[in-house]
Amino acid sequence: MAFIEIAGLRKIYGSHEVLKGIDLEVDRHQVVSLIGASGSGKSTLLRCINALEPIDAGRVSLDGDVVSGPGVDQNRLRRKVGMVFQAFNLFPHLSVEDNIMAGPMRLLGESREAARDQARALLDRVQLGHRASYYPDQLSGGQQQRVAIVRAIAMRPEALLLDEITSALDPELVAEVLNIVRDLARDGMTMILATHEMQFAREVSDMVVFLEQGTLLEKGPPEQIFGNPTEARTRQFLKQIIEAGRL
Amino acid sequence: MAAADPSGLSPPPPSLGLAVVALLVAVAGLLVIGITGGAVRAGVSDPGLHGLASGALYVALAAGAVTLWLGARSLTLALQSRADLARSEILAARASAARARDSALIVFGLTLALMIGFFLVQMILFNDGKIQKTFLRWDLMTESAADVARAFLVNLKLALIAQVLVMIVGLFLAVARLTPGRAGAPVRMLAIAYIDLFRAVPAIIVLYLIGFGLPLTGLPLISKVSSQWFAIIALTLTYSAYVAEIYRSGIDSIHPSQWSAARSLGFSFPQTMRFFILPQAIRIVIPPLLGAFIALQKDTSLVNVIGTMDAFNQAKFYASANFNLSSVLVVAILFVIITIPQTRFVDWMLERSLEKRKRG
Ligand SMILES: Nc1ncnc2c1ncn2[C@@H]1O[C@H](COP(=O)(O)OP(=O)(O)O)[C@@H](O)[C@H]1O
Ligand SMILES: [Mg+2]
Repeated sequence: MAFIEIAGLRKIYGSHEVLKGIDLEVDRHQVVSLIGASGSGKSTLLRCINALEPIDAGRVSLDGDVVSGPGVDQNRLRRKVGMVFQAFNLFPHLSVEDNIMAGPMRLLGESREAARDQARALLDRVQLGHRASYYPDQLSGGQQQRVAIVRAIAMRPEALLLDEITSALDPELVAEVLNIVRDLARDGMTMILATHEMQFAREVSDMVVFLEQGTLLEKGPPEQIFGNPTEARTRQFLKQIIEAGRL
Repeated sequence: MAAADPSGLSPPPPSLGLAVVALLVAVAGLLVIGITGGAVRAGVSDPGLHGLASGALYVALAAGAVTLWLGARSLTLALQSRADLARSEILAARASAARARDSALIVFGLTLALMIGFFLVQMILFNDGKIQKTFLRWDLMTESAADVARAFLVNLKLALIAQVLVMIVGLFLAVARLTPGRAGAPVRMLAIAYIDLFRAVPAIIVLYLIGFGLPLTGLPLISKVSSQWFAIIALTLTYSAYVAEIYRSGIDSIHPSQWSAARSLGFSFPQTMRFFILPQAIRIVIPPLLGAFIALQKDTSLVNVIGTMDAFNQAKFYASANFNLSSVLVVAILFVIITIPQTRFVDWMLERSLEKRKRG
């Protein structure tokens, strides 16, 4: 049984069906990349997995337990599935350290000392140990995003959802963030990432999924999707990406 | 004169006309001050007031002399600019013209302010100081000041207690109004009904109904409290409705991505509100909150309708004993003294947050 199982997932905003029946299975320690044009439903799919958006049909299971639908403790579910956003979404009124410590202290019941030790250790790992007492607006975009990743993994989640985490960064700051994701992949973190960094997706993914207007058009190992896609639409999308110089 | 310059420099801005007008305005101002001030002073009989009239007249004349000097300088600079231009020294001509225009504009601003200030003083002195004798009798002001100031402590006490209560009740209402889900609907509705109701009814009516109504109810505890507490209850009822809306606007202004971030970590709705949304929202609403508090402080003077002995009531007592409003002016001055520092502080905070946002 796969770690994350999505079956027949549909999401409708008003009269607009944004996800039209998605089936996807992700095993433990797998890294899955979601690619597709802007508006194809990548963010919505990620937000449905940790129930930030209620779904209209189908189901989502995590580790054998159905986590969609009524009667589920969504707060507990979300502790197990971390999320990192395109715009970082750090808490501006809290220092870097406090951003990271809030979850472990208030939700996992850790002592301030234990939470701080963990935050410091994680910050050191992403070369930000010297920024622990800074505020988010004193950091560069790349630094903020690294803090956001640390904030998510400080909850010791079993999976991570990364929503275009480098799209808001200046080009020279992309690498410092992707390096961390690469490390996480090597450590065996289960991850689903929506991304436009095709080179990176090709390198770290076990599976690449192409979304097109709310349908999962094609999925497979990166060599196949990038080297020899079956769908004409996938070929066209990748051609546009190459022309934009992103692959 | 405005022949195209071979160097390709654009010509200086026109300044001569402006300078001439400035000079004329300064001269006219001086004449008006001299004639009006002299006439009003001649009609003042009280020796003390006569001194004031003379003082005002001389100060105004001195200020008028300054504008005259500035006007003359403007004209000199404008002529200088013309001479520079004739020698094709365009850059120098432009600089002189700009300074000439500057001086002329300062003359206009200064003359306007001077006229307004001068005529306010003349109004007080006009008709043998009738206005001064009605509102500004120094002897009556000092006579009532001690009692009025002591009674003003009541206003401050009412304001302070009501402000604390308003902060708590308002926050409670704002959060109630934002309770999510179907189960929260009745709570939301109650909060909205309350807010609408108390924003609709004038504060003085609420005060009247509470102050005279509650004692009549004969209810055990509530009908026995002092009239000061009725005032506090009434002000809290009214102002918490306003403050609830201020809090709500602050909460609404927090970007939804902050909710996403906190919820994705596993924080519940109330936890997210408490730890991440409210701390940010409250910082944003401090200036409008202080604005509401200033209004509340002033509305403490409404309590005289239910007979609470506040500064206004005390001053009215003196006013009717002397058939003179100077004691009431003391109340006005006391409110000005406590309010102006607060409004300046709010402005300073707003400016600072605006700057912060501009810097991004
Ligand atoms: N809250 C919302 N309300 C209405 N429509 C939405 C909402 N969020 C997303 N959509 C729509 O859903 C579609 C998919 O959006 P999204 O999942 O953000 O795509 P992607 O992340 O692939 O760019 C878009 O057409 C978008 O306009
Ligand atoms: Mg997106």
